[in-house]
Amino acid sequence: MDKIPNNRAWWLVLPVFLLVAFSALIPLMTVVNYSVQDIFGPGQAYFVGTEWFKEVLTDERLQDSLLRQFLFSGAVLLIQIPLGISVALMMPKSGIKGSLCLILVAIPLLIPWNVVGTIWQIFARGDIGLFGWGINQLGIDYNYTGSTVDAWLTVLLMDVWHWTPLVALLCYSGLRAIPEAFYQAAEIDRASKWAVFRYIQLPRLKSVLIIAVLLRFMDSFMIYTEPFVLTGGGPGSSTTFLSQTLTTMAIGQFDLGRAAAFSLIYFLIVLLISWLFFTAITHADKEQ
Amino acid sequence: MIAWMNWTPSVAIFFAVIAALLAVMTVFEIISPCTERKGFLPIETTRGDRLFIGLLSAAYIHLAFLAVSNISLWVALGVSVLWLLVLLRWG
Repeated sequence: MDKIPNNRAWWLVLPVFLLVAFSALIPLMTVVNYSVQDIFGPGQAYFVGTEWFKEVLTDERLQDSLLRQFLFSGAVLLIQIPLGISVALMMPKSGIKGSLCLILVAIPLLIPWNVVGTIWQIFARGDIGLFGWGINQLGIDYNYTGSTVDAWLTVLLMDVWHWTPLVALLCYSGLRAIPEAFYQAAEIDRASKWAVFRYIQLPRLKSVLIIAVLLRFMDSFMIYTEPFVLTGGGPGSSTTFLSQTLTTMAIGQFDLGRAAAFSLIYFLIVLLISWLFFTAITHADKEQ
Repeated sequence: MIAWMNWTPSVAIFFAVIAALLAVMTVFEIISPCTERKGFLPIETTRGDRLFIGLLSAAYIHLAFLAVSNISLWVALGVSVLWLLVLLRWG
């Protein structure tokens, strides 16, 4: 590298930097300040050092909701990624059927979160909801407000219904980008359908899939509205995920110091995972 | 403007150190631009990447000290600085 790069283009980033400073950096600094103090009101703040962090890290309620959060995000990825790929593989390649499929698949993505929660809250009810009533008629005892397992299944099903289309659309666009010559070569070799999927489609979907996994992980990791509307975090606290715990702490109990410490730890987890994904994406690009 | 942010000296020092690190790295980069290289980390990294990894792991080191022990956080700070230096040199 004997060429000295011209870095003057960085000045063009300055407006964005200022915007981010106001929308992210200053609030972040404030949160760090809050996390080391006990604040009762304006002008009544007491420095407590790392006490809040210690309390948050050893709080069983928070550990439980963190564990639930990872379980939920893991389940979401395990279901939605394979399902999204298979939906994309089954969609017609072109023509009016293809367009119709695209629109149908995309519809759940257009519905706002709280509406999705409300739809499923009614849909899954045992007395008036088609889904809940139907399951009960089959002789299976199903009640998402009373049973932990049913509540989890309902929240998962709702998320799968809402977000699998995103994975499917991403994979569909990835599949369409594969040149026809690859399939022709596979046909000449008499490759089986599985071989075509394993050695042509899947490797070509790699970068799209990393983005899908990242998006689905981040979204499910900060999920709030849908379970809040559907189950309110219950029964007990069995579907109370991280952001709901955080909101209860910060707004419900007005426990600002503890909530600030907790949100910083939340931020660090998100930062680490995003960085891992980002590194994976950039390296996948380099290999291609 | 500043009052609502509830600044404390320790947090101010924390952010000042980070800002200073970024400034020093910028000047260092202008004086001697770095290229990606591979050390003991499994990926190719630039100096900035290694600083980021070092800072992020420093945060986790501090949290781990808080979570599982009562050892003074100055020890955690020492470990973090040492780790950052190792990372910058051989990472």
